[in-house]
Amino acid sequence: MSRARWLAPVVAFVALAFLVAVLPSFISTFRAQQLAYVAIYLIALIGLNVLTGYTGQISLGHGAFMAIGGYTTAILIADHGVKDIWTIPIAGILTGVVGFLFGIPALRLSGLYLALATFAIAVSMPAVIKRFEGFTGGGSGINLFGLPDLTASLTPVTVLGRELTFNDWLYYLCWTIALVGYVVAWLLLRGRTGRAFRAVRDSETAAQSSGVSLPKYKTLAFGVSAAYAGVAGSLFAIATTFVNPDTFPIALSILLLVGVVVGGLGSLVGLIAGAVFIQFLPIWSQEVSKSPGAPAIVSGVVLIALMFVLPMGFAGLLARVRTLTKR
Amino acid sequence: MLLRLDGVEARYGPVQALRGISLEVPEGSVVAVLGANGAGKTTTLRAVSGTVRRSGSIEFAGKPLHGGPEAVARAGIAHVPEGRGTFTELTVVENLRLGAYTRRERNLDSDIDRVSKWFPWIPDRAQQPAGTLSGGEQQMLAVARALMARPRLLMLDEPSLGLAPMIVREIFRIVRELNEREGLTVLVVEQDARIALQTASTAYVLEVGRVAVSGPSDELKENESVRRSYLGY
Amino acid sequence: MADFMQQVVVGLSSGSIYASLALALVLIHRATGVINFAQGEMATLSTYIAWTLTTNHGWSYWPAFAFTLIASFVGGVAIHQGVIRPNEKGSVLRVVIVTIGLLLAINGLVTLIWSGEVRAVPSPFPTRTIEIGGVAISIQDIGTIGVVLATVVVLWLMFQYTKVGLAMRAAAVNPAEARLVGVRVTWMLSLGWGLAAVLGAISGMLAAPSVFLDPNLMAALLIYAFAAAVLGGIDSPIGAVVGGLVLGVGLNLLGTYVDFVGADLRLPGALLVILVVLLVKPSGIFGKTEVKRV
Repeated sequence: MSRARWLAPVVAFVALAFLVAVLPSFISTFRAQQLAYVAIYLIALIGLNVLTGYTGQISLGHGAFMAIGGYTTAILIADHGVKDIWTIPIAGILTGVVGFLFGIPALRLSGLYLALATFAIAVSMPAVIKRFEGFTGGGSGINLFGLPDLTASLTPVTVLGRELTFNDWLYYLCWTIALVGYVVAWLLLRGRTGRAFRAVRDSETAAQSSGVSLPKYKTLAFGVSAAYAGVAGSLFAIATTFVNPDTFPIALSILLLVGVVVGGLGSLVGLIAGAVFIQFLPIWSQEVSKSPGAPAIVSGVVLIALMFVLPMGFAGLLARVRTLTKR
Repeated sequence: MLLRLDGVEARYGPVQALRGISLEVPEGSVVAVLGANGAGKTTTLRAVSGTVRRSGSIEFAGKPLHGGPEAVARAGIAHVPEGRGTFTELTVVENLRLGAYTRRERNLDSDIDRVSKWFPWIPDRAQQPAGTLSGGEQQMLAVARALMARPRLLMLDEPSLGLAPMIVREIFRIVRELNEREGLTVLVVEQDARIALQTASTAYVLEVGRVAVSGPSDELKENESVRRSYLGY
Repeated sequence: MADFMQQVVVGLSSGSIYASLALALVLIHRATGVINFAQGEMATLSTYIAWTLTTNHGWSYWPAFAFTLIASFVGGVAIHQGVIRPNEKGSVLRVVIVTIGLLLAINGLVTLIWSGEVRAVPSPFPTRTIEIGGVAISIQDIGTIGVVLATVVVLWLMFQYTKVGLAMRAAAVNPAEARLVGVRVTWMLSLGWGLAAVLGAISGMLAAPSVFLDPNLMAALLIYAFAAAVLGGIDSPIGAVVGGLVLGVGLNLLGTYVDFVGADLRLPGALLVILVVLLVKPSGIFGKTEVKRV
């Protein structure tokens, strides 16, 4: 890329990082928590985007990967006294390996069949978790609140000279990881790997005949994508301080897919909008009307309307704005 | 004049395929559209049948022709596309019935008989899935299907594609007989210029989306420089 | 032995319900290439309409049934024309998101209008059992199987022997060529959605008497329908019916005779079926293995 072309994204990124850093001073601690969840969703969306946006493999099961990451963290903290921060990379790597292994049989499936397979896994995950009670605490789940290894859970923690309450600490933890993950993904997708991913999406046979090893890149995509979801799940467990089989339902997997499509497939920038969307849509829908069923109607109608108005997601909107301002 | 194109333009996204095509097809004649690959021959037929968006004027039987393929079919134009467009999963007789979709008759048996006179093998293979037929048979089935509609104009897109020379000759023989005996007007797009010129009375040679040369096929056949520059023989 | 036959019949009965909804999914997938995630919610809405007519407006069962079928048909056509068709040109995921949006909106609508109370729905069939060859079989089960069977036969006749049915089949497999012979392909696809809505409504109305009516009636049923469709082959109507019946009987027999597969492991059982089929033969029993076109 020419110097001018990557200057703009870098400047935008630095601006974003700055905004993230100073925002907590201006917002309530409740908002900070909400924004922490946005970061968590963003991490999961980046992962899902690598899989679905770049290699075109549809996954309706990323909630299950989040569950693996979340439970890994919970078990490590509760049963083995591991400090929460150290569980995050462990959860990520473990989930990444699982994802990679899943990618192997998934090679045989395409499009709809893959979507159905991942859907089936995500739906059965809560039941599977319940079944391995000894390990996972079954239906009652694992409670992390108040455990010493959960940072800032009871008493504020001091970081870089500042005292942070739990929500603020959570916010900075999640956003730091999200921003780092963003950069890592950006670097990964810019290079040869990204091009190979895109070649797989656009035409598998053409990619194969130009020497792109399909098994290698498709399973790699699954592994990377699962690792991100695992990290997100881990953070999710830390944030909610509690996991049980219903923490990661099928609705979460569907929500993540919605986030990626609304954000804009194959684009990193739109994903921030996607993450904001999936965090706040249920909340805004409730504000429109609290009658039973009304929030669901609002959410559903908004989703449908968005597909009409912004078929390419928010990323498409950004692209249009960019071409307009270039003239 | 059954069909008249005037200044027709068409594009596929950013690529301009037709840059102003004008041609005429008199009623009861066979007209050929020739040219190299990518010259715009198939696009010309698509422009008529409304399969591709186009600008410019197209008149059929004296009236302006509008709309997509469904409307054009109803107007009496049968378009046999490149690759024949056979419904491979349906049976031979179901393909024929689909051909008559735009007509109101409930009993199509007499039509199937009529069409079988031209292709006598059809009754024996009526219940076979069309996909099990050979390439030549599928091409003939496609023509038979078009005839079921009793069209005023038959448009054929590269009927010779992928077929052995003997079968191609047979198909063009049938086209010529349909024209001579039943007065069917035919517009045929062909890569094989030689056989097309033998069958057609007039020909238009396209080059990069424009009509480069046109005239009675006898003249074009005799014209050596035309043959060598545009027709490859 | 009598006990076994009894369980088979019960399995066939629930299997018919899965088959009907699976057939709806297959119809839509063949026609428009998407999985309609809202199929279950549409069926729930239809069932509530039938319930309201009989309970709050005093209609008798079969007229309400017929009216609901007509209303469902119109609804299905309207949804395709209004919401799906404009998005067809985009990626498959766009349409999937639209169906998810529909799922949410319709579920919310049902909750809003009728509230989340669980209601009992009377069955059109008498609840007694009759004896055939020493086996006690409930009339409701026979009735359920009969209704679905009749529907499938009628649909089959329509597809095989009518002009419209032929046109629908052509539009599903070769839309471009179908247009060239004058078939209004978009309307044929809408017809497909309408018929699917009818099948879903039948499924819901047959299921409601046994499982009670609440806004989430069809959520579990949808998963069974997915399993049946995958088992039979996602593009095969015969497969949907056979898959549904096999699944119904299989799950019921497993639940009755294999000890650790209790009643509450039927759903994971269905999910396991999906996964195993996808691993072994993704195209299902009656499906054709895809030839990849370059």
